[in-house]
Amino acid sequence: MLIDFILIPLVKILIIVVLMLLTVSYSVYFERKISAWAQNRIGPNRVGPAGIFQPFADVFKLLFKEDIVPKVANKPLHTLAPILALFVAFTTYAVIPIGPPVEIFGKMINLAVVDVNSGVLLVLALTSLGVYAITFSGWSSGSKYSLLGGVRSSAQMISYEISMGFSVAGVLIFAESLRPSDIISSQSGWMWNAVLQPIGFLTFLTASFAETNRLPFDLPEAEPELVGGYHTEYSSMKFAGFFLAEYANMIIASAMIVMLYLGGWQVPYIETLGLSAGLQASLQIAAFFVKIGALLFFFIWVRWSIPRFRYDQLMDLGWKVMFPLSLLNLVWAAILAMIMN
Amino acid sequence: MSLETILFYFFASICAVTSVLVVVRREPVFSALFLVLNFASLAGIYVTLYAQFIAVVQVIVYAGAIMVLFLFVIMLLRPEKEKSIFSGNPTLQKLSIGVGVLVFFQLIYIIIAGTISSGKSVAAEQRIRTGEVEFIGRELITNYLLPFESIAFLLLAATIGALVISKKKFE
Repeated sequence: MLIDFILIPLVKILIIVVLMLLTVSYSVYFERKISAWAQNRIGPNRVGPAGIFQPFADVFKLLFKEDIVPKVANKPLHTLAPILALFVAFTTYAVIPIGPPVEIFGKMINLAVVDVNSGVLLVLALTSLGVYAITFSGWSSGSKYSLLGGVRSSAQMISYEISMGFSVAGVLIFAESLRPSDIISSQSGWMWNAVLQPIGFLTFLTASFAETNRLPFDLPEAEPELVGGYHTEYSSMKFAGFFLAEYANMIIASAMIVMLYLGGWQVPYIETLGLSAGLQASLQIAAFFVKIGALLFFFIWVRWSIPRFRYDQLMDLGWKVMFPLSLLNLVWAAILAMIMN
Repeated sequence: MSLETILFYFFASICAVTSVLVVVRREPVFSALFLVLNFASLAGIYVTLYAQFIAVVQVIVYAGAIMVLFLFVIMLLRPEKEKSIFSGNPTLQKLSIGVGVLVFFQLIYIIIAGTISSGKSVAAEQRIRTGEVEFIGRELITNYLLPFESIAFLLLAATIGALVISKKKFE
């Protein structure tokens, strides 16, 4: 009882949080390395061999910086905003399974912190709370750049949540469940949703760029127009909080794409190879991380290749292109599901 | 005390405190923030009642969508600079105090005089199953099809209404 309900989830939570923090700090490092590669520079190379300890140096630098709060700022909300951003970014991961259920010391252990009935909806619900972090930070700073960034971002996130939701509906038609483990097992073999419903995959991918505020949709923090957008008035660890949350959100978006469209932890036809159960499970977990890594690379690659959209273009794309496309995908998924049954 | 009871008191106390704070805070942004917290704790209560789907939908619809729009309006219009409704209208103030007291005593009466009607004991598995999305979906498109469709129709009408209002020129 005590082990099942408290100890095992706690261990899982600890592992997930440590993994997330490490991946987040190293995705910042890779962002800098890949941008350097894209722009024909060298990138960070001073701290450790090839600069691999750079993330720790960055964190210490931010920790020792002075925390400046503007005089006109609304102090409680100004402090709450980055906490909220981090809360949303780290709790979302609880429902995403990183591998098949494995047997450890005679106990079947699910490789997600919890496997709840409406898991996908839970992720959407928590990410929709992420808007508050940005609007509160924008409003409480008492600066017009921050406010503009906050307002832009809430409009952007609400608009793209619609096409995101409709794309997910297409996946749910095939899985006939909202439970993450069911969604993954419905994509056995090459029946990945990215293959079955490519339009939905593209709309979800684009919407997740908009939801994570990454280029080409990073209008909430567009430097040339808004200085830094919603986090203009933040410094020290509070700024780092937003920074961490952005990268954590990127990882969650990648994990969601892998779970919904790229078959989760599954490797097609691995069962036919006749491997031992332990080896098969570890290969599948490795496959999950490889898929996430590839998507993270894609996120970074796009950032350094495509210029930022104008605000009206962003809204036009969201409402006049993405929304109809995701509806079309829903119809396509329904027809396909009818034919296949 | 079982875990359920502890969780119920935890969420219920947050719920009660925040709903008072929504009304008494002077800055509208804080009121909105406490309303969001109130919705979140309500979602927690739903989970203790085995209604996971309703809990998640509560967060998505109320906390994630409706309150964001509220905040939008508050941030852009800055209502803290507006004059209070009551300062220019003492009759309205007396009237609203009267209505408030009436509703308060009505609620107290219901709590004291009312009987708890949950005499039915349902097995835990049954209760868990009814909160799942499959069960709710099936009920919605079989037993409750007409209300479901009429709500859809109502929402469509509301959307069209919003479109008409937001058009600048009437022709």
